Amino acid sequence: MKEKLEQLKSRLSEELSAAADPQALESLRVRYLGKKGSITDLLKGMKALSNEEKKEFGQLVNTLKQQAAESIQKRAEELKELEIKKEIELMPEFDLTIPTKEERGSYHPITLVQRECERIFTTMGFNVEDYPEVVTDYECFEAVNVPKNHPARDMQDTYYLTNGELLKSQTSAAQNAILKKYGPALREKGMPIRAIFPGRCFRNEATDATHENTFFQMEGVMVDKDISISNLIYFMKTMLSEVFRRDIKVRLRPGFFPFVEPGFELDINCLICGGTGCPSCNHSGWLELCPCGMIHPEVLKEGGIDPEEYTGFAFGLGLTRLAMMKYGVKDIRDLNSGSLKVMSQFTDDK
Amino acid sequence: MFLSMNWIKDFVDLSGLDDLKLINQFSLSTAEVENDIQFKGSDISGIVVAEIKSVENHPESKKLHLLKVDIGADELIDVVCGAPNVRVGMKTAFAKVGAKIGEIEITPRPLAGFMSCGMCCSEKEIGISDDHSGIMDITDDVALGTALKDIYAIDDIIFEVDNKSLTNRPDLWSHYGIAREFAAIAKRPLKPLSFDDLSAYDNLPKVDMKIEDPLCYRYSCLQFENISRNVSPVDMRIRLYYCGMRAINFLADMTNYLMLEMGQPMHAFDSRKVENIRIKRFDHDFTFQTLDGVERNIDPETLMICNGDTPVAIAGIMGGLDSEIVEDTHTLTLESATFDAASIRKSTVRLSHRTDSSMRYEKSLDPELTTAAIARFVYLLKQYDSGVEVVSALTDDYAYHYPQVELSFDKAYVDKYTGIEIDNKTIVGTLQRLGFDVTNEGDDFTVKVPSWRATKDVTIKADIIEEITRIYGYDNFEIHTANAPLFPTRPEPVKKDEDNVKDILVKHFNLHELHSYVWNYVDELKEVGIKNEGVIKLANASNPNIETIRKTMIPTQLCQVKSNLGYAPSFGIFEVGRVVTGMTEDDLCIEEKHLGVTLYQKGVNVRELYFRMKTIIETLVDELKHKTVSFEKLEPEFDFEHPVNLNAVIVDGKVIGKIGLIHPSVMKKLDKRACVVFAEIDMDKFAAIENYSIRYVGPSKFPGIEIDLSFLTSRFAPIKKAIERAACELIKDVAVIDIYEADENSSIAVRLTFSDNSRTLTREEVTAVTDGIIADLEKDGVLLKK
Repeated sequence: MKEKLEQLKSRLSEELSAAADPQALESLRVRYLGKKGSITDLLKGMKALSNEEKKEFGQLVNTLKQQAAESIQKRAEELKELEIKKEIELMPEFDLTIPTKEERGSYHPITLVQRECERIFTTMGFNVEDYPEVVTDYECFEAVNVPKNHPARDMQDTYYLTNGELLKSQTSAAQNAILKKYGPALREKGMPIRAIFPGRCFRNEATDATHENTFFQMEGVMVDKDISISNLIYFMKTMLSEVFRRDIKVRLRPGFFPFVEPGFELDINCLICGGTGCPSCNHSGWLELCPCGMIHPEVLKEGGIDPEEYTGFAFGLGLTRLAMMKYGVKDIRDLNSGSLKVMSQFTDDK
Repeated sequence: MFLSMNWIKDFVDLSGLDDLKLINQFSLSTAEVENDIQFKGSDISGIVVAEIKSVENHPESKKLHLLKVDIGADELIDVVCGAPNVRVGMKTAFAKVGAKIGEIEITPRPLAGFMSCGMCCSEKEIGISDDHSGIMDITDDVALGTALKDIYAIDDIIFEVDNKSLTNRPDLWSHYGIAREFAAIAKRPLKPLSFDDLSAYDNLPKVDMKIEDPLCYRYSCLQFENISRNVSPVDMRIRLYYCGMRAINFLADMTNYLMLEMGQPMHAFDSRKVENIRIKRFDHDFTFQTLDGVERNIDPETLMICNGDTPVAIAGIMGGLDSEIVEDTHTLTLESATFDAASIRKSTVRLSHRTDSSMRYEKSLDPELTTAAIARFVYLLKQYDSGVEVVSALTDDYAYHYPQVELSFDKAYVDKYTGIEIDNKTIVGTLQRLGFDVTNEGDDFTVKVPSWRATKDVTIKADIIEEITRIYGYDNFEIHTANAPLFPTRPEPVKKDEDNVKDILVKHFNLHELHSYVWNYVDELKEVGIKNEGVIKLANASNPNIETIRKTMIPTQLCQVKSNLGYAPSFGIFEVGRVVTGMTEDDLCIEEKHLGVTLYQKGVNVRELYFRMKTIIETLVDELKHKTVSFEKLEPEFDFEHPVNLNAVIVDGKVIGKIGLIHPSVMKKLDKRACVVFAEIDMDKFAAIENYSIRYVGPSKFPGIEIDLSFLTSRFAPIKKAIERAACELIKDVAVIDIYEADENSSIAVRLTFSDNSRTLTREEVTAVTDGIIADLEKDGVLLKK
């Protein structure tokens, strides 16, 4: 019996090292330790032995059984390790120079610039307004101090509709409505009027690389008891520095717009040359960016606000212009071209 | 408008100051100066006065002459010259050896076989006129050898002001007006102009003149004779040329000179043609030949200057050919007048003829100028032509006086408006230098606005703020934030939804936002076979192709799809834009803000694409409103809509838009091998949907039961209805797990999830519900698949 046991032991160790995969190892385990396995058989064969022999031999077989289980387990772990090693060896190194592309959606660049401006102004307490594109003559002109026959009407080639309404030529068309909307809260609760209104504007003019009949502006108004020219310059400088993410120098020049008094043309230092002069700024070092000014007393009055008690500023930022400057769009017509090849570049800009 | 620094300096002493800095300050304080500042005469040196002593023909050339010229030196100089107007005794401009004209340096050099030691110059070569017909003919009595620049004001700085920035400032259309600004900026006094004393002619007969129309505010005139001079003085010609005008003859040059100097347009008539000056309009149309020879149509709105009933000039715009000064003109009538600005502006538009004169009139000129300009004119005339004789009294009809504008304000008002401290002395000094009459007591100010600013420009207190601050300099402002309380901002619901919709479409569905126009492009619509539909048109479209305002976003998007066909085998575009869908009872446009989405996909799997659109809309509504969407079949409204698959998008029982397939007739033209699905949502209706918000449901401790049922049908709608009819609260989810399409044997498999948060369900109660549903469907002829 002992002989048999020893034989079994050495055969097991031989077969263990020969088992090259988990399946072979499993069948080996069944052959030795299974219900009909060789070691199990040994225990079955003990029936013929004396009690003493049973005890002695039983111990030996049990030790063998235990050793066998352990060495099979050990071999199993070895095999696992080998397998992982093999898997690693088989893994190829990826060539990341191969171009890949995930199709992504895109925003219109105006949306990106508009959102940036809205975000900045919202943090400074401004409300964002919405307003129609078709407006009345009153909203676009009369209410903002541009009466009939005013030469300023010639400066803006307005698209009129057959019913006498018009496509707004400027976002100032929303000023009257904004003043009327927030006027009561200003008077009754002392809540300053702070609002911006981004919107599409229309001018009846021939299009070329720098002219479009459809473009975006953003109107801003702030009205309170003591709003001053000094505040206006501060807000414009702060906002533009945020938009361009750097410290912007601003410069005001007198400008004539009927809805403001005094009115200004606001220039910023050229972003390309920094102000030393280059072809982009026509060698002046400055770029004309945005008309602004103190809201004309007549405009305040028409909006139901007493100009003796309140003052305010307004500005009209060219969002289309800003988008072109920010992204280096040379031809304004690209923006309304509807070309995915061009427009799909603007996946986001946060 | 071009401006001459020399001319400005006639009226204000700017010595010791940097011209360029002043011009820059002018740009910041008054009106925009264009970048291109010209330094006239800077590229010329070494040009002197020379006299031609002898002229010999060149032996071999018909054009060239051999000259000997005298520049006041010991020896005469040999010059070969090709000018046709050379003659002995003529004085001319001579570029000596070593002289520079632009890039050229004059050196002795052989010319056609003879040495030429210098060059006789034309006025064009010197840059003082465009006359290149011959060499300059100097008639003034000047010493030979004198540098030309010492005699004539060739050196000058010319800058251009953008006309657009002067629209509200009639006073700035003149050198004197500009000089007043320089005086204020430099804090130097403005010199008064010299005038002739016109009262000296009071005893002479008056001109027969009468204003017969209120559009003429003032008409002044004077007659004179004996002008002997024909060519203007060189300096006058140089100034006119530098300022962009051509010298014509002395009289025409004088009127132009006065206009550039004082801003008052003037016109000289042959007195024989204006014996009874009447200013009026006619009640009929007629044609009139202006002095440029053009026949122009005059309508009853156009103000005319007439001789009795014969028109002689279009008021404020241009004189007539027939009353022009001619060779045998003996007596001249000089007109200096003011007209209604709007009337002149409209006339120029109707005539499509804008002149230097009308440009000034349409800015509302100061009527006080008319007689002053005549007095100045006569003063200069006598300087240059001593024989001139005034033969009439000043005849002046001042029909309309602008009211005197007087404004009062206090220091507190200035402080509030500016937000900085500007002291009383600065306020008074600035306004006075600009010509305002200021009274200051303590912190109270009263100003009288000068006539040249009172025609429309300065009318309210805020205008005074501009005067003070622009001269103070905006660059000198200390800037600070506002002292205004902060309140939470509340975005408009539609703006907020619009932003979120864009984010979901871009980030979740990879769609592209494109912009388009608010009008239909008829040509493009034709190409895809869509009718141009809209409820309103532009009244003044420059292009008939774009006159209809769109009623729906989709046709534009279909055109965009067409132009992007090569971009990718499938893509989706969207835009939030405006449409006009109808008119109100008051004939106002009903404008709506619409979201248009269009999906394009190569291949014929229409259903897949349609369901993708369905998912997009459901996602938008679920994400932003936490509501479910239902779809109902619609009848087509537009020709591009498919009659079978067109559905209303319904949330909370309200239609907020539609989704649809494109009509095959449009698809044939767009792309035969692809399918296109659209959605159009009314953003205001979308924004109006109440946000249900997320209602948290905790985890259930009791297991649910899933039952799969398969029905022999190709449509889910009846199944959905039967489940809804069962109205069983235990059904927590309904999912379609399989669709088998095979004409007769189509089937749909549904998984119903039952659960209850408070107990474990029994198989029996669940089966009771499903049996009910099965029985219900059986009545509709939908059988359970065994």
